[in-house]
Amino acid sequence: MKYLDEYRDPVAARRLLTEIRRQATRPWTLMEVCGGQTHSLLRHGIEAELEDTIELIHGPGCPVCVTPLEAVDLAQQLALRGDVTLASFGDMLRVPGSRRTLLDVQAEGGRVRAVYSPLDALAWARHHPYEQVVFFAVGFETTAPATALAVKKAAHDAVENFSLLVAHVRVLPAMEAIVRSPENRVQGFLAAGHVCTIMGYETYEPFVEEFGLPVVVTGFEPLDLLEGILACVRQLEGGQKNVENQYVRSVRREGNTAARDLVQEIYQVCDRPWRGLGVIPQGGLALRPAWRRFDARQRFAVEPLPIVESAVCRSAEVLAGRLKPPQCESFGTRCTPDAPLGAPMVSSEGACAAYFRYRSLPVA
Amino acid sequence: VVRWIDRESIFAQAEVEFDGLRRVCHMACVPEADEGDYVIVHAGIAISRIDAEAAQSVFETLAKLNDDDGWVTAPPTGPPAKADQAAPKRECARANDRIV
Repeated sequence: MKYLDEYRDPVAARRLLTEIRRQATRPWTLMEVCGGQTHSLLRHGIEAELEDTIELIHGPGCPVCVTPLEAVDLAQQLALRGDVTLASFGDMLRVPGSRRTLLDVQAEGGRVRAVYSPLDALAWARHHPYEQVVFFAVGFETTAPATALAVKKAAHDAVENFSLLVAHVRVLPAMEAIVRSPENRVQGFLAAGHVCTIMGYETYEPFVEEFGLPVVVTGFEPLDLLEGILACVRQLEGGQKNVENQYVRSVRREGNTAARDLVQEIYQVCDRPWRGLGVIPQGGLALRPAWRRFDARQRFAVEPLPIVESAVCRSAEVLAGRLKPPQCESFGTRCTPDAPLGAPMVSSEGACAAYFRYRSLPVA
Repeated sequence: VVRWIDRESIFAQAEVEFDGLRRVCHMACVPEADEGDYVIVHAGIAISRIDAEAAQSVFETLAKLNDDDGWVTAPPTGPPAKADQAAPKRECARANDRIV
């Protein structure tokens, strides 16, 4: 497929690999921020090929994984009310809450629907006017334009039985939290290509200035990742700290201004708890007052139940980049994609699922 | 992008094909896309138009490596190793070095 196959060329990939080995004089520690990048690094064997050259720490950029437990529990409570249909991206359905998953809730008679897009949830609401449809709005800045558009369209079309359970998160405050942590070992970032497609990379310029770390906006295919790593290593070896854009075919400096304006119109920045990372100041998005009538938390007065974190799952350490998935005692034994203890083993972007799927394969 | 359905409204829509599968997508954030262009779609809305010229940049990086270092661009000779015959990992890495 065009714009995919050519970025998976193994000969070109080996040339970039060798150039990275040639340039790196020290075992630099880089963090790829996005869960999609983590999967690609594992799937294509790049992480294993480079393990003696550089260390790749997997960042908290899996949207399903960082959605707070409180929001997962709340979604389940809404689905069990009887008058609410809870619509969600499919990945969220298998994420364990304090007591069960949304799939368990569905099996108990709760009303849960998997949808591809928040706009599909809105269409369902329009066609089922006697149901209250709540869309579980998880995800980073990449997903926020779609949920913002759904709210705007619901208002425009006067679809009053549609609302959002908003749990959107913002990447940059999480990167700041990681760098500020006394345990931080990250020396350079591969920034998330699709978040930057929306937000641009001008937002990273003050970050680079403040913290003195190189940031390379990077795509998701093997050649993208290798070129991003090479650019980051070159900067580190040369003592440079700049924002660099590897993913030029999609990312502009200012981002997608139409999408940014849409998000800005509907949402405002708020503090938000992240699963595994705690409350991150300015780490989330909430509906602006003018749009709060679409806020499911306000529409349905649901008392949150006490949160119960798993006693054995160590996903909080994985999400903070302090633990590699195979170092967890439950990895691959008590915790598998079929029976996950924590969100990173569920999601198509979770680090644990990536290691389980790809890391035991021989390197081709 | 296969065809525009509604280009004027704030809820603009187009039919987009994904490797043979077609679906109506919202285009409010990529109004500049034309039929035949490639777009990135996330959760039902297009978020970016692929810049065909910029898409070549990684190959320019590779070409520069060639110029700087006199790298050989020819593909590896001999049959590729099958996964079930793969050597242990580090040996595999050395083999890759030789290929390059």
